[in-house]
Amino acid sequence: MFDFGKWTSALNELLLGVMPEWAAITIECVLIAVALLAAYSLLAIFYIFYERKLCAWFQCRLGPMRVGPWGLLQVFADVIKILIKEIISIKNTDKFLFRLAPFIVIVSSMTMFACLPWGNGLQIIDYNIGIFFILAASSIGVLGILLAGWSSNNKYTLIGAMRSGAQMVSYEISLGLAIITIVLFAGTMNINELVWAQNDGWFLFRGHIPAIIAFLIYIVAATAETNRGPFDLPEAEHELVAGYHTEYSGISYGFYYLAEYLNLFIVSGIASLMFLGGWMPFHVPGWDAFNNIMDYIPSIVWFLGKAFFISFVIIWFKWTFPRVRIDQLLAFEWKYLMPLSLVNLVLMAVFVALGWHF
Amino acid sequence: MNLLLEIANGTLALTAVLTGILLVVAATLIAKLVGPKSYSVKKSDTFECGIPTRGQSMIQFKSGYYVFAILFLIFDVETVFLYPWAVVAKALGTDSLLCIGIFMVILVLGLAYAWKKGALKWQ
Repeated sequence: MFDFGKWTSALNELLLGVMPEWAAITIECVLIAVALLAAYSLLAIFYIFYERKLCAWFQCRLGPMRVGPWGLLQVFADVIKILIKEIISIKNTDKFLFRLAPFIVIVSSMTMFACLPWGNGLQIIDYNIGIFFILAASSIGVLGILLAGWSSNNKYTLIGAMRSGAQMVSYEISLGLAIITIVLFAGTMNINELVWAQNDGWFLFRGHIPAIIAFLIYIVAATAETNRGPFDLPEAEHELVAGYHTEYSGISYGFYYLAEYLNLFIVSGIASLMFLGGWMPFHVPGWDAFNNIMDYIPSIVWFLGKAFFISFVIIWFKWTFPRVRIDQLLAFEWKYLMPLSLVNLVLMAVFVALGWHF
Repeated sequence: MNLLLEIANGTLALTAVLTGILLVVAATLIAKLVGPKSYSVKKSDTFECGIPTRGQSMIQFKSGYYVFAILFLIFDVETVFLYPWAVVAKALGTDSLLCIGIFMVILVLGLAYAWKKGALKWQ
């Protein structure tokens, strides 16, 4: 497998050769920030296009077709349009919290985004508690949404924020328990080690039945966590106008949109990391020739391919299931999903203790 | 230690946070500089489907959400306790199973109590 770490360490040595260490680290941090910004915005643009096209195809439409070939430039036009719209200031809002909320939402998703393993040696933050750090960062995002709804001083945003908060904190537990199941199986929380542990088979296939159940729980919880259909009641259009971001306009509204699409990518990325091997190619133990051929496909293609596939499944949910009610949503989590994930965790503990896995 | 370059993880996390702040600040600045500006009394009103707003919205709110927030606190702390156990469970073997079994039983009793009391029912 090609190791992208070679390029970065070569750059590191080149910089250290001509300047002191602090200057080299500063330049590297600036380069990382530029790369993060570029990847973040490009992925957001890609995801908006991806979802619009998929939604169109699910409904036998064509989707955006006019701007550029197959509507490829439509999203760029939309981004420029939203960027030059007026930011309307609303009276009676809590000005400070109203402006603070987008920062919290974007910072939370940017921190999670920086933890994802993009390829062999292509990872920015690599704590030894990596996956736990991602979950910690993701729970800060709820705060931004609650603040947005509260500070707008509007009934729709308040109800939207309360629903969103209740939904996100509830489903976070199932999400966490599904991830613990895999941490238990792997015995590590370090993202890099998690990926390397799947060298001879992805966890979804090696973990026996509990891993498959955990994967299903994770996908459902992730759909709810990102506020996507059928769990999109914070923004149920015909009830709450637009939910917690009703009062935001122009690019301030755009930040929520941006964070929502990026969170879709991030949860798909975590699913691919925990269950489908991250950037690890598809390996079958013993089939050396096959494994070598698989290694020729770059690791970044594997990672993005898996993440896009899981996003496809989550977008597919939206057009398959009708929206649920808030009491059904919470009952589903607390009465079915969470007990199931607790039982699943115990099952995995038994399987690991007795060695009933591959 | 980090894979990419030999920078401390804390510095990298800070870089990510600053990048997020930069994104918001830069985009807002562009919008403020380029975007049109117009003022009117009606435009800055709180949105309520065309009718005038009545009273404040920063009010005390339905207690149904409150109960779920309390429940969340209990179970989120529980998941935090489970993480360190999950990392070492493989090495500890069957002993760890027994210990966490007792912990889980106490927790499930708590959930059962909340269920019985009707805390999980939407009011």
